[in-house]
Amino acid sequence: MTSSFPWLSLIVFLPLIGAVLCLLVKVESARWLALAFTVADFLCSLPLWWLFDSSTAEMQFVERASWITSPPVQYSLGLDGISFPLILMTTLLMPFCVTVSWTAIEKRVQLFMAMLLVMETAMLGVFVALDFVLFYVFWEAMLIPMYLLIGVWGGSNRLYAAIKFFLYTLAGSVLLLVAILALYFHGGQTFDILALSRGTYGASLQTWLFLAFFAAFAVKVPMFPFHTWLPDAHVEAPTAGSVILASVLLKMGTYGFLRFTLPMLPDATVTFTKPMIALSILAIIYGAYMALAQTDIKKLIAYSSVSHMGFVTLGIFVLNVQGIEGAVMQMVNHGITTGGLFLCVGILYERTHSRHILDNTGLAGPMPRYALFLMIFALSSLGLPGTNSFVGEFLVLAGTFLWSKIATALAALGVILAAAYILWLMQRVVFGSPSPTHRAHLLDLNARETATLVPLVVLVFVIGIFPNPLLTRMHATVALLLAGPKTPAVAIEPSPAPRTEPVPTAAVAASLSYPSSGQATAR
Amino acid sequence: MTIPVQDLLAILPELVVIGTACLILVLDPILAASKKDLLAWLTLAALAICLGLTSSQMTGRQYAFSNLVVIDSYAAFWKLLLYIVTGLTVLLSLAYLKAERLNIGEYYGFILLALAGMMVMVSGADLLTIYLGTELMSLSLYVMAGLKRTEARSLEASAKYFVLGAFSSGILLYGISLLFGLAGSTRLSVIAEAIATQGTGNPILSLALVLLAVGFGFKLAVVPFHMWTPDVYQGAPTSVTAFMAVASKAASFGAFLRVFVEGLGGVSADWSILFTVICLVTLALGNLVAIVQTNIKRMLAYSSIAHAGYALIGVVVAGRQGGGAASTGLASVLLYIAIYSFMTLGAFALVGMLRKEGQESDNIEDYAGLAKREPLAAFFMLVFLVSLAGIPPTAGFIGKFYIFMAAVNGGMAWLAVVAVIFAAISAFYYLRIVMVMYMREPEGAAASHSRLETSPALSFVLACALAGVVLLGLFPNGLWSLATHAAPLLK
Repeated sequence: MTSSFPWLSLIVFLPLIGAVLCLLVKVESARWLALAFTVADFLCSLPLWWLFDSSTAEMQFVERASWITSPPVQYSLGLDGISFPLILMTTLLMPFCVTVSWTAIEKRVQLFMAMLLVMETAMLGVFVALDFVLFYVFWEAMLIPMYLLIGVWGGSNRLYAAIKFFLYTLAGSVLLLVAILALYFHGGQTFDILALSRGTYGASLQTWLFLAFFAAFAVKVPMFPFHTWLPDAHVEAPTAGSVILASVLLKMGTYGFLRFTLPMLPDATVTFTKPMIALSILAIIYGAYMALAQTDIKKLIAYSSVSHMGFVTLGIFVLNVQGIEGAVMQMVNHGITTGGLFLCVGILYERTHSRHILDNTGLAGPMPRYALFLMIFALSSLGLPGTNSFVGEFLVLAGTFLWSKIATALAALGVILAAAYILWLMQRVVFGSPSPTHRAHLLDLNARETATLVPLVVLVFVIGIFPNPLLTRMHATVALLLAGPKTPAVAIEPSPAPRTEPVPTAAVAASLSYPSSGQATAR
Repeated sequence: MTIPVQDLLAILPELVVIGTACLILVLDPILAASKKDLLAWLTLAALAICLGLTSSQMTGRQYAFSNLVVIDSYAAFWKLLLYIVTGLTVLLSLAYLKAERLNIGEYYGFILLALAGMMVMVSGADLLTIYLGTELMSLSLYVMAGLKRTEARSLEASAKYFVLGAFSSGILLYGISLLFGLAGSTRLSVIAEAIATQGTGNPILSLALVLLAVGFGFKLAVVPFHMWTPDVYQGAPTSVTAFMAVASKAASFGAFLRVFVEGLGGVSADWSILFTVICLVTLALGNLVAIVQTNIKRMLAYSSIAHAGYALIGVVVAGRQGGGAASTGLASVLLYIAIYSFMTLGAFALVGMLRKEGQESDNIEDYAGLAKREPLAAFFMLVFLVSLAGIPPTAGFIGKFYIFMAAVNGGMAWLAVVAVIFAAISAFYYLRIVMVMYMREPEGAAASHSRLETSPALSFVLACALAGVVLLGLFPNGLWSLATHAAPLLK
């Protein structure tokens, strides 16, 4: 389905225009300009909710133009049930990144706002690119602005954290470049993601490509044991940077698994299922244990992210409808909930200038409204039924249950640990005896901060109680993903190189026999 | 003996360049010191004429002077690139010489003579022509490296460059003489025929191959023949360093590729193994040693060594594979060097004009807090460095993309993997400059902080380099089609 209006180009590049303008104006106007552009971008992406056709697995709002003629690299964008929720989540969160930085960022405001907007363009581009090289360009282009966001406006150890973030992610993704080139020559001389997804590749090639993809995506997610950059980057980044990192950047890794690894390398995916699930469960439990031990609130949330992202990769690699839909849900929910938590911590840090738990105790008294918001996000983070995270985690666990009961039991341990570290954190921060040092600074939320948090809280409950509108928009895409390359009928255009009929692997085919996930959501 | 007119017409661009160089040498003593800028504009005018002349030589293949010189699209590609980088160097020098109070008119004459040498190099169809071109270029560069006559470091650079350069020329000449003994001629086409008829088993041939590789290795500044590079790049006046790092490297690659592909293509299996080793050690040493540098000119020197390593990947692939893979391999080298020229020239232009109390401030520490003092300059430097690191959407990424593509296409994916890992390592030292510029505060009093000494000429150079880096990154089609058009003629 080709839409005549270039929605996606508009959404992707609108922030870039804002970024250029931000560099040209004065400090105060830069703030308003950035807010205006992020809000405008959200408003532009909002109509997609209604325009999106949830009955088809085809790419929608497709735009195609030639970019590089030889080799044929296209400027092609499109949206399906997996990228769609991520796009909306990204455009939704960006205005809050601006508002939370309103007074927190004091130096070089224009550059800061410009970098936020450049980040938005790069992140949105990653989610809608339909050409592998174009994807890679967006994927790498976000490194520099993020490096600057952490390095210029970060905490005391920011230089170390920034370079560590940069080198980790770059080292992972350069291998992806070689994998992309290898795919090009084995996949019929095309970089078109859809055409490459329809191809079949030899077993050893799939293994190598899987490992290269894994290097890029696992660092980004981050999966255990490649997660060590994350706590540093999260802790040192300014609040908006942490929100972007946790809510959007990490999703690029899991999105990569869904968009590339699963459809292009089905055999290798099946081969590596067990180690991937083992790593996911390790991440869930390890992240939660590490979170228990933290004294820095941001670091605690960072490790909880490792744990939560473990659920996402777990859901992806159990290879069934519940698992994958749960994974996508969890991606969105983690974006909203952890984004909300980081916003809360940022607001607190502006007052007390400490992220240490013991410096920020007993907030329920002086900051009742703040405590309420923090509590809601925290409960959502531990997966309380009625909140958004419950839906995702439940679906993932349901999917895992179909795969292995032991794995489900182990993963569920992560939920219990999450309850432990979150409730313990809340006990101290919200209900503990107030720390005397910062009493004077503990003003409750002002209007700007309330406005930042309210929409996310609303979403926590809306998605928690009515997840179906979101789920229905993924069904068709996830079904196609699990059907593997077996259904060329839904392809947008015929493959340039006719290929032999792909044979779906036994495991992928078996997963198809599971009932649809509809009943899992009816609670 | 009369020289045919069409031969002279064929080398008209070279004649224009040499003629202008002589004119400048004559005009220099006549002109008043305040009017020396005129010489720079004269140089630019000559370059503009040459640009027009060479543009008309883009098609076909024409030999001149009984097959000593060849005019083809391959030579034209390099010449056009050389005109552009020379023109930008002249504009940069206009600003730089003033700032350094080096008011020497011969400077532009030497630039043009070096350019003439480079043009002869890329147009040579005979080893001796290429050798003559190399010498003309090198002799001019030796002098230019030592132009800061009052500075010991500049003189040391000149002396070191001369000694090692002369040494490498000797080795090159020795290799040429062995080939002459083997084939009975120094024409590349005759040598290629001789290899085809005599077979490749001759040990003398292998020896000649190695000697030529060593000789060109010095000019290309690849490991282990790179020793002179950091010292010379650091000691020479920065505008000269930029010229050496860009134009001399481009011309050397042009001559090197022609000799090895056109003349020694029959033994490509042998030299591709040799260059695989050189490529690997160049990538490793260039990138690793760059990390520990504290002087930005030295760091860029090691970075330029590393970039020669990336370009060599294309050469290796071309040597191992025949046919289509070879010509895309060569085209990717052409593209890579062209892109490398813009980003390196831009970086050196900034380095040369960043000054502290009238002195060049080339320590990395001097860049602390530059983003606050000179936001625009810091941003330009950021773009050049990001491009050198090969991060999209800059041209540096496109260059690496085509090189790695050639490697994977040629069945050498492992080499691409090694290269991308070193590319990731290189990001560390490029980003360190970004870190210093954006994330550190300068120490000491504000008066002693480095600032950019701007001038219209410099702004123009920087704008051109930035445009090259950004536009070639976004729209590489034109340059790639030029490169593919130029490359296959070598077969």
